[in-house]
Amino acid sequence: MKLLIKNGRVVDPASGKDAVGDVYVADGKIAESFAKADKTIDAKGLVVSPGFIDLSARLREPGFEYKATLESEMNAAVAGGVTSLACPPDTDPPLDEPGLVDMLRRRAKSLERARVYPIGALTVKLEGSALTEMGQLADAGCVAFSQANAPFADTQVLWRALQYAATFGFSTWLRAQDPWLAKGGVAHDGDVATRLGLPGIPAFAETIALGTLLELVRATRARVHICRLSSAGAVEMMRAAKKEGLPVSCDVGIHYVHLCDRDLGYFDANCRLDPPLRSQRDRDALAQALADGVIDCLCSDHTPVDDDGKHLPFAEAEVGATGLELLLPLTLKWGAARKLNLAATLARITSEPARILGTASGKLAAGAPADIAIFDPQAPFRVSAETLKSQGKNTPFVGHELQGRVRTTIVAGNVVYEA
Amino acid sequence: MQRNPQLNENGELQHLLSIEGLPREILTQILDTAESFAGVTEREVKKVPLLRGKSVFNLFFEASTRTRTTFEIAAKRLSADVINLNIAVSSATKGESLLDTVANLSAMQADIFVVRHASSGAPFLIARHVKPHEHVINAGDGRHAHPTQGLLDLFTIRHYKKDFSKLTVAIVGDVLHSRVARSLIHGLTTLGAPEVRVIGPQTLMPAGVEALGVRVFHDMKAGLKDADVVVMLRLQNERMRGALLPSAQEYFKHYGLTLDKLALARKDAIVMHPGPMNRGVEIDSNVADGPHSVILPQVTFGIAVRMAVMSIVAGN
Repeated sequence: MKLLIKNGRVVDPASGKDAVGDVYVADGKIAESFAKADKTIDAKGLVVSPGFIDLSARLREPGFEYKATLESEMNAAVAGGVTSLACPPDTDPPLDEPGLVDMLRRRAKSLERARVYPIGALTVKLEGSALTEMGQLADAGCVAFSQANAPFADTQVLWRALQYAATFGFSTWLRAQDPWLAKGGVAHDGDVATRLGLPGIPAFAETIALGTLLELVRATRARVHICRLSSAGAVEMMRAAKKEGLPVSCDVGIHYVHLCDRDLGYFDANCRLDPPLRSQRDRDALAQALADGVIDCLCSDHTPVDDDGKHLPFAEAEVGATGLELLLPLTLKWGAARKLNLAATLARITSEPARILGTASGKLAAGAPADIAIFDPQAPFRVSAETLKSQGKNTPFVGHELQGRVRTTIVAGNVVYEA
Repeated sequence: MQRNPQLNENGELQHLLSIEGLPREILTQILDTAESFAGVTEREVKKVPLLRGKSVFNLFFEASTRTRTTFEIAAKRLSADVINLNIAVSSATKGESLLDTVANLSAMQADIFVVRHASSGAPFLIARHVKPHEHVINAGDGRHAHPTQGLLDLFTIRHYKKDFSKLTVAIVGDVLHSRVARSLIHGLTTLGAPEVRVIGPQTLMPAGVEALGVRVFHDMKAGLKDADVVVMLRLQNERMRGALLPSAQEYFKHYGLTLDKLALARKDAIVMHPGPMNRGVEIDSNVADGPHSVILPQVTFGIAVRMAVMSIVAGN
């Protein structure tokens, strides 16, 4: 099967290329060129980019099928141009056994949509006490190990987990949040939480935990990817850690570069997120650090929640927001606000997460997997339950007008989505 | 940000959810209306027919005696039918969701829901889902707001001090967990009180409380100096010993209101407390029962204020 995508504005962040041209696809890979195509897509007026790579998308299987199914969320992924996604282990049961990982991968593969990269549980049942069989989980297809949002029983377990992972060269993806300081909290500890009478999570719940993590990286030299930074203080610590040469990287969720605690308004449960939305100053620091490169990439942190989980008083509402289909428009919005060119903007959801995930996707170089998103960066749309394919309609952006619509998504040379 | 969900398109009070964001005119309207009802409560026939044929549902997801009773009395004096539901021991324990409970009661033709809930913001959620002719009155939600208590506190202050524009008001105690404090602070700043102080240990002060327009004192004596109004907050039993405070005795030593400490306030200062009081924890009996105390009149005024709120929302 030979596919020609012609006349598009080809943007390849990995090489910095941004020019009108053609992209050739043969046998599931990007090709230099060929004489005759079996199929041609005219991308005139559209952007042709590597498919997006999302480092955190909850597909809710197994265990939470009433919130979303693999099928609904894989449809959402390709509708959002996401061709590779890593899914956190906080399913029910958690991804702590090779059989579960194997089943998830096979179910995902049979749907023939996006590539799914399971992240294994770092501890049994995510209870934070006993290590999982990381070797076997890696053999089953886990690309990294994580606690998702669950805490460690104590710092000794964290230390041992990092030592063990470092021994075998496994990556660990960890949140930085002190569970005791965060205990009972539902919003950023500041004047908004005070006005709304919501128990707070101080910013130092993040920086104290990050300090612990960085010190343990120094001691163990384990490779650690810090997930979902939320505070300006954590940004400065990451800047220093990278300057020092520690083997660390980090990401931020799409909501955190656009929203802050003021957006809670009158108890908007769609803004109930973990970590909490923090102050305007934190939001601005995160958005700038993502531009500077201190923060490596953006992720959707896609977490579909059903209405029953959100139609509750703020503190009782389930955490999370749907995000796969908003990843592109919110990334474009961020890039435009920072006055970045399109290649630099898209790098945060293509080449940069590809590097962290260790995949050959995320670029348009010849020989790379032909994972491609073709989109109209200007096309406006109103976020609503009707325009979202995800089963989760929960987003703080509901009712907002955003720009950027995916027209065609290609995975391994096959068209998996067409608008 | 969306429109203040308490107000209808004409800017009138549709629901009473929080004092925050209400214009001075509406607060004054409520206090003036309460003034006119204060007379009713002293008459031999203590009833007016303003809410005749209307149903008031008291929806208490959290236990309360005083607030529920005063709402009930207020509704009855307005000639409404009152239905008391103690949800804490019925639907909620059977697993029914908050919105299902409200939808069911709404199907029974409610006009006013008086809601108390342990979660901050619960009345906002209910107000977003009720029918256009239904009204929600917040009777206390989590740590967030207790607007009718705030209004009766404002009524009491106005009754004794007439004018807010020169007042120093000191609010003492567990501000962190207090919806009463938050509502009163918003009311006082809206009505132009120039100096609102909060007094308590750091463990009982919420983050960034200064942004509400108050001055923070940790030394009670400094905070009480020349105060016109002293409002004591209740300290919940479960908070008297633990990570927030070492003991009730030590708390009383630093933050309990005694005659000695009260002497630092103005000679004509009034002492308020939303009740129920912990004598010997936040307030000494000599003060609670002394000449400066207006704690019992607060309860009486509470009925007139709740009559005013119900009659105003029902009329809009």
